[in-house]
Amino acid sequence: MNSTTLSTILFVVFVLVTLVLVIRAGKSNKKNSSDFYDGGASFSGFQNGLAIAGDYMSAASFLGIAGMIALAGYDGFLYSIGFLVAWLVALLLVAEPLRNSGRFTMGDVVAFRMKQRPVRSAASASTVVVSIFYLLAQMVGAGSLVALLLGIDPTDTAAKNLIIGVVGILMIVYVTVGGMKGTTYVQIVKAFLLMIGATVLTVMVLARFGFDISAMLGQAQKLSGNPDFLNPGNKYGVEVEGDPFKTLMNKLDLISLGLALVLGTAGLPHILIRFYTVPTAKAARTSVNWAIGNIGVFYLMTIALGFGAAALVGSTAIKEADKGGNLAAPLLAKELGTNIAGETGGATMLAIIGAIAFATILAVVAGLTLASSSSFAHDFYANVIKKGNVDPKKEVNVARIAAILIGAVSIVLAIGAQGLNVAFLVAIAFAIAASANLPAVLFSLFWKRFNTRGAVWAIYGGLGMALVLLVFSGNVSGTETSFIKCLPDAVDCVKFNYFPLNNPGIVSIPFGFFMGWLGTITSTENNTAKYAELEVRSMTGAAIGKAVQH
Amino acid sequence: MGSSENERVWAETQASPEFQDLKRRFRGFAFPVTVAFLVWYFGYILLTAFARDWVSTEVAPNINIAIILGVLQFVSTFFIAWLYERHSSKHLDAASDSLRDKINEQIGHK
Repeated sequence: MNSTTLSTILFVVFVLVTLVLVIRAGKSNKKNSSDFYDGGASFSGFQNGLAIAGDYMSAASFLGIAGMIALAGYDGFLYSIGFLVAWLVALLLVAEPLRNSGRFTMGDVVAFRMKQRPVRSAASASTVVVSIFYLLAQMVGAGSLVALLLGIDPTDTAAKNLIIGVVGILMIVYVTVGGMKGTTYVQIVKAFLLMIGATVLTVMVLARFGFDISAMLGQAQKLSGNPDFLNPGNKYGVEVEGDPFKTLMNKLDLISLGLALVLGTAGLPHILIRFYTVPTAKAARTSVNWAIGNIGVFYLMTIALGFGAAALVGSTAIKEADKGGNLAAPLLAKELGTNIAGETGGATMLAIIGAIAFATILAVVAGLTLASSSSFAHDFYANVIKKGNVDPKKEVNVARIAAILIGAVSIVLAIGAQGLNVAFLVAIAFAIAASANLPAVLFSLFWKRFNTRGAVWAIYGGLGMALVLLVFSGNVSGTETSFIKCLPDAVDCVKFNYFPLNNPGIVSIPFGFFMGWLGTITSTENNTAKYAELEVRSMTGAAIGKAVQH
Repeated sequence: MGSSENERVWAETQASPEFQDLKRRFRGFAFPVTVAFLVWYFGYILLTAFARDWVSTEVAPNINIAIILGVLQFVSTFFIAWLYERHSSKHLDAASDSLRDKINEQIGHK
């Protein structure tokens, strides 16, 4: 059996198993319509910890970081570090108070003591924008990955589009049928598979070097042909000789990336709503601790996966399969299998790791679709359009329709976005989340004076600044790798890359906080009574549950 | 139970010494620790950006300071998570639960 057949079989098994789980979850959802949003708030801290890990360890983590380390050496590891340390912001400042004071969406907390309509509109807008950027990254990755696994010619866009369409339809089914409960099961199964897959690969890589990490790093450096492969500065903060301005900009870009990574996590809507699936703040804390444990071990293993791929597969072969390096981990699996059991072993390992990577993508896109459709239905439809007077059953139906629409939009966008760099799209989603959402969430929870204008300005200010800088950056125009390409020898290009950094975070994140502050102090509105309620509830968990009147 | 009466419960609880004490113990841990790990993280980022020669120094064959600092970021993250869990279960959970029960009784929430 070749790897294509085996891969297809494994993947079909995963889809069938998860569909059964989702359909069963869907049946139990009928009891209570709010289960669509929070899965009945009935998961344990351990289960939710695995689900968070499943939601968080996206294709960008598994495929993207391994690939970046394999090609750029040390700099890929910066992502692993930022993605993990970011969890401390969520643990110390956000998880427990959010669980205690909200019900279904990020908007619940930000709008708690504010005028509902403007704040919920803003929260819903930024939730959808962040989720769509993140969704695009996953779906673009799915296209290239499956093309490799199924042996489709990488230039055959029709086949890739078909795959993107299939991924989109599956995620719509998971979300509309299973709601939060079904999606959580998918995340748990996927997290489990991914941890096992990564552990097996890591042990196999290390075993090849007699568990001598120094030998592995040495071989990776040697094969790369770059004496500085193990040192920072190959990809981020590159020093350009004779151009101190460019050098400084590169270094600022590195800091900007670091900021976005560490502050983005606690502003990602699909992560925030996971805290609502457990009954208490204590369980929310336990789930973050489990998530930190799993995610931390996983990101440590990216050292072995990335440098292992550089040492055993080599950058030439990795680049040949995918220019961005996204296929380093599957190729590593193939090499390791071949070394032990010949061609069959290689095909088997490639199929297994490929199927796990695909399961990873599917689980993450389902979580993202759920977050954005929940916010659309609960924040925008129920509280903005219907002003809070809506039958809960009808609201959930709107969420289902929204999931179908968002799924359809992201299928179309992903087909248009093929060829964009996956890791870049994720870093942008993190930057927008940190700029638009984090200031509003933190000010809401901890700043007594914060008010409606502050919340609205923080969200639209951070969101708008991040998007504007993005449009005027080299990501969109002016360089060889831009969306609108401009080759170095071209005479005239359409270019408007006035912002010298690739990641907008270093400007847009402080700007989000600044606008939150400015909006607040220029408005006299301040709901002290509601703040008392928010503060007491967020610290104690009083009045949680079905009996709460809104 | 009317909402104005609930409002009184929230305001009174907020002003109570028990609540103020709980809040102080939470913020007294969470805020300084957040500042500390952010300083440590950005210190690391700034070193990789501006002290490149130093972080590229090898301390063992193929193991440079940059990779050690990176792994130490993992260690400190695990350590802080453990520390916060210990702080919460020792100093926050009991006080928070007893306030919650008291409030739920006052506002008639089951």
